[in-house]
Amino acid sequence: MNIASRFQTQPEEGPLVQITVDGTPVTAAANMTLAAALLAHSGEASRQTMSGAGRTAFCMMGVCFDCLVDVDGTPNTQACMTIVRDGMVVKRQSGLRGLGGGRGDV
Amino acid sequence: MSEVDLIIVGAGPAGMSAAATAAHGGLRVLLLDEQPRAGGQIFRNVGENRATRGWLGKDYASGARFVDALAHPQIATQFGATVWRIEPGPRVVWSQDGVSHVSDAPHVLLAGGAQERPVPFPGWTLPGVMTAGAAQILMKSSGMLPKDAVLAGSGPLLYLVAAQMIDAGCPPKALVETQTLGMMAKALQHLPRAVFGLPTLLKGLGLIRKIRAAGVPRFTGATQFEARAVDNADIAFSFSHKGRRHSLTSPLLLTHQGVIPSTHMSRAAGIKHVWNATQQAFEPVTDAWGATNVPGLHVAGDGAGIGGAETAAASGKLAAINVLHELGRISADQRGQRAAAAKGAKFRSRAIRPFLDAAYAPPAEFFAPNDATIVCRCEEITAGAIRQGIAEGASGPRQVKTSLRTGMGPCQGRMCDATVRGILSAVTGNAADIAPPRARSPIKPIMLGELAAMAPDQEEMA
Repeated sequence: MNIASRFQTQPEEGPLVQITVDGTPVTAAANMTLAAALLAHSGEASRQTMSGAGRTAFCMMGVCFDCLVDVDGTPNTQACMTIVRDGMVVKRQSGLRGLGGGRGDV
Repeated sequence: MSEVDLIIVGAGPAGMSAAATAAHGGLRVLLLDEQPRAGGQIFRNVGENRATRGWLGKDYASGARFVDALAHPQIATQFGATVWRIEPGPRVVWSQDGVSHVSDAPHVLLAGGAQERPVPFPGWTLPGVMTAGAAQILMKSSGMLPKDAVLAGSGPLLYLVAAQMIDAGCPPKALVETQTLGMMAKALQHLPRAVFGLPTLLKGLGLIRKIRAAGVPRFTGATQFEARAVDNADIAFSFSHKGRRHSLTSPLLLTHQGVIPSTHMSRAAGIKHVWNATQQAFEPVTDAWGATNVPGLHVAGDGAGIGGAETAAASGKLAAINVLHELGRISADQRGQRAAAAKGAKFRSRAIRPFLDAAYAPPAEFFAPNDATIVCRCEEITAGAIRQGIAEGASGPRQVKTSLRTGMGPCQGRMCDATVRGILSAVTGNAADIAPPRARSPIKPIMLGELAAMAPDQEEMA
């Protein structure tokens, strides 16, 4: 389901970057946090818990860890503490992460 | 020999004002902050936004002076720097871009600030439910405006966020507030003292006037929050008000019940903490300068007890002045003289606190929510499971944690400690006997590989 963003984003001046989220290209302002970019892009869940419940960033300040995503192969990355970078490859997380540092493990 | 005289953890108003004071007094300062830029949450990104986001108000814009003052040759700043351990010495272990560093100095000031109090109710984990502070952070840092949002909860921040949303052209759909007329009446006894904080009081009244003038509906004395996802992932938010059940549907539900000190760092550092019954939170024990029972460690700002930005800036300054004295840079007399203005500012800015604490106290239902409510968001543990765990013999936060895994997810209890404690005290009735939950390093999760790379250092320390 395509869910509209829950925020209206004002046109920002300044440079933009391109990232991909589960293979979909997403444009974001260069100074944005990844959590903000995900919330600006879509209102749908950015991760799934063990039970399969959807979650998005909740506190936006590094406290709740509900914004965890896989960034360039590194799982459990706090999207709200990460500034977007051109070419960043982001994957939504589902269920439990392995201890091996990501890359395909479940 | 340390390369710096003072390490400050946190670049909010307390940390920034302490850094400037210390540097002007001749100290070499290392300022660490987890965020990418200075400002803390209250002045988040103000260095970049000072001229472009007028709707955030002049109090926000005023934070730019703190950021500007960091441009001093004696201040070294490191952003994106996550402190995960404080050791005797004191030494600060921090991680940046996946590499850990150890810094030592004769003095460390912890200025890690506050977090919003968890507001657990059925549905608070759904996408589309966020904290009011989170929405404000998005407004400050990215100019993102909440669409047709419902603001629910209690406290001054709710009014400020509502007013900022109105000024930005995206007024909230409604304000659903939990405080009652009775609470307001009880709070009035604190009003004479609050007069010392008259500008804050007037600002608050101005915010409420603005919300009224914008025609935003307000429901006060609301109880029994519940959120449900409906079509297109909108949130149906229901609550009881004057004996009736109401429901509001919106893409975004923003909750708030005040803020509590972030104490993971200070607890893990071995600083003594006390329960503040008025604010329903633990806070570190400090003297008038912010000094603690651990040699070399000061705490300032909201992390030392909730007081707001002005109190934080004043307390950061007082801590820096005390460090200057302890390092022999100024005499006791000079310390007293230099502290006078900050002490006055701290007194005035704190004067309104008892009134606010009484008027906007969080309702009991958020400390001990109904059985269906998820309390530990990371491990998805409900209040019902915690009650069952207590019935089966868990008598404190550690036993609850051992039997149920509450607080063992990545947030390390930041989102559930307060509620576990609330449920425990509601069941056992001996709130005063429940010790603060333990906090161990790493106080923020770091990668195993990073810990392994630290091994030689750890052995040296032993």
